[in-house]
Amino acid sequence: MAGSLPKSGTPLIQLSAVSRVYGTGETEVRALDRTDLVIEKGEFVAIMGPSGSGKSTAMNIIGLLDRPTSGRYLFNGTEVQDLDRDRRALLRRHFLGFVFQGFNLLPRTSALENVELPLIYKGMPRQERIERARQALRKVGLDGREDHDPSQLSGGQQQRVAIARALVGAPMVILADEPTGNLDSHRSHEIMRLLQELNREDGITIVMVTHEDDIAAYARRLILFADGRIRSDSLQPERSPA
Amino acid sequence: MIWETIRLALLALRRNKLRSALTMLGIVIGVAAVIAMVTVGQGSSRSVAASVESLGTNVLSIRPGGRGFGPGPGSSQPARPFTLRDADALADLAVVQQVSPTVSSTQTVVAGSENLSASVTGATSGYLDVNGWTILRGRGFNSAEDRSGASVCIIGMTIQQTLFGTSDPIGQSLRVGKVSCEVIGLLQAKGAGTFGQDQDEIVLMPIRTVQRRMLGSDNVSSISVALAPEVSSQRGAREIEALLRDRRRISGNEANDFNISDRAQIAEVLSGINSVLTGMLSSVAAVSLLVGGIGIMNIMLVSVTERTREIGIRLAVGAEASQVLTQFLVEAVVLSLVGGIIGVIFGLALAFGASLFMAIPFAPQVYVVVLAFAFSALIGVIFGFFPARKAARLDPIDALRHE
Ligand SMILES: Nc1ncnc2c1ncn2[C@@H]1O[C@H](COP(=O)(O)OP(=O)(O)OP(=O)(O)O)[C@@H](O)[C@H]1O
Ligand SMILES: [Mg+2]
Repeated sequence: MAGSLPKSGTPLIQLSAVSRVYGTGETEVRALDRTDLVIEKGEFVAIMGPSGSGKSTAMNIIGLLDRPTSGRYLFNGTEVQDLDRDRRALLRRHFLGFVFQGFNLLPRTSALENVELPLIYKGMPRQERIERARQALRKVGLDGREDHDPSQLSGGQQQRVAIARALVGAPMVILADEPTGNLDSHRSHEIMRLLQELNREDGITIVMVTHEDDIAAYARRLILFADGRIRSDSLQPERSPA
Repeated sequence: MIWETIRLALLALRRNKLRSALTMLGIVIGVAAVIAMVTVGQGSSRSVAASVESLGTNVLSIRPGGRGFGPGPGSSQPARPFTLRDADALADLAVVQQVSPTVSSTQTVVAGSENLSASVTGATSGYLDVNGWTILRGRGFNSAEDRSGASVCIIGMTIQQTLFGTSDPIGQSLRVGKVSCEVIGLLQAKGAGTFGQDQDEIVLMPIRTVQRRMLGSDNVSSISVALAPEVSSQRGAREIEALLRDRRRISGNEANDFNISDRAQIAEVLSGINSVLTGMLSSVAAVSLLVGGIGIMNIMLVSVTERTREIGIRLAVGAEASQVLTQFLVEAVVLSLVGGIIGVIFGLALAFGASLFMAIPFAPQVYVVVLAFAFSALIGVIFGFFPARKAARLDPIDALRHE
């Protein structure tokens, strides 16, 4: 266990012996195998590992998009592994933000409306929503692009819209599964600096999956997955913003 | 939140204008068809009712011949015709207020350089009352003219307009076939009849004149009888039947060689046929509304599949299943309601045009319009529910991964 971080109260994420099994019998796949993992508030964690090692499976469970087959999951001190769909949706709505490899923006929908989306489900009044969405877009350096469709934006810009959408609801944690997987190296570093800033200045916990060492280097903690288990978990010197 | 959902639905529909429009088309056509059918049907039954009223109440019509139409038992020998003496005998009955024996003949009617072919009715002074006509200018036949075969005539508005235009016809001379006559009266216009025929294309002459100088026979082709007030048509028909059987020497068990029909009854039958037809056409239209609903379901299902990733995104950012369900349901209802509104407007316009064309009253029905709205909203709910539920039940991870 990486236990050298100062522990402030309850951990944000605590997986205990969590397994996720797909299929049954002959075709059974143990994507996660009795994994233990603790992530404190304010951490910036990179997850690496070979393809099929269970990284995305772990992210989906942490992100309350999926449920473990067995084991316990405490989110901010609350047991969440048995919550139903709607309860998990409520937790996602209020505490989680997602950034995906494929951006996952709504097509034919302006950047502003994409960023507004989580706030709609929070029941925020329209004026306030627009104001917050504008702020978030400014934060990711996209002021002036509010009315652009995703199709009118570059990959890096689209991913920044996605980050704005993830941060607009002031989440406790942003989960990013290969956020730079579809971007060239230059754009990737832009995105990473943005995530690093969110972690440092806004104290948002960030958990990120990546295949690239220089991307993982932005995180302070590196977890290596193999065959559904954590192979190593270590702190690393943080890459300073270039 | 519901306003927010409606706004979202409208946005989603606007993002796909062409598809939304095509989806609505089914509902538009269905609603328009129902509205048009019901409105036109209502209009035509009003027009039937109006022409029944113009017939006057308690009028029986008597014609020689067996019952029913066309050849049948008893029609092998030509029916014995009526004569004016039969009419006189009927006039003496207590239940009868007025009789109107008629004959008719189609003749070319000429005035100056204008001419047209019209049905000429040989009538007596009772004709106008019994058939609900009023004189607009001039006068009717007097009793001397009734029996003398005088060369006078009364014309309807269509004849007036064709032959005389706007000039005063009274005192003018008219040639009807080979007979010349003086116009003594102009009838108030009646408009189209029960069968849509022009009732104002009419020329009346004293019955004797037509019998002697055009037909060369003393026969009377039909006798209309106005019953006295308070006399039911059943009782009137019974007494008339008894009198005629006696006069025509029909013995106890022999069938009548004439028939008596109640014109109000004919009109009732007609309006019955009319409402059956309207009902049938409306149900066909309602079926097309149903088909429109299935169209909505089809498109919404396609839309759910196509927008699986969108649904995944919504679920990821915290949409509850019920919110996704509501969104898709509202989209379907908005589609069908907007389709309904357009359909109502379109249907009323169609009915208005048809009413003008068919010369029947335009009779929009508030209840049908309200019903059409309610029904199209219902169609949206029913046919939108299945796709919406499918959307709401998607697994967020599968939905996000969907290509
Ligand atoms: N829905 C599913 N049904 C069946 N098996 C699945 C499913 N999702 C993942 N798996 C399996 O679980 C294992 C772990 O998959 P996972 O997506 O977590 O890998 P990963 O580490 O994210 O890989 P990559 O780096 O390629 O994204 C794989 O063997 C995969 O085939
Ligand atoms: Mg993965």
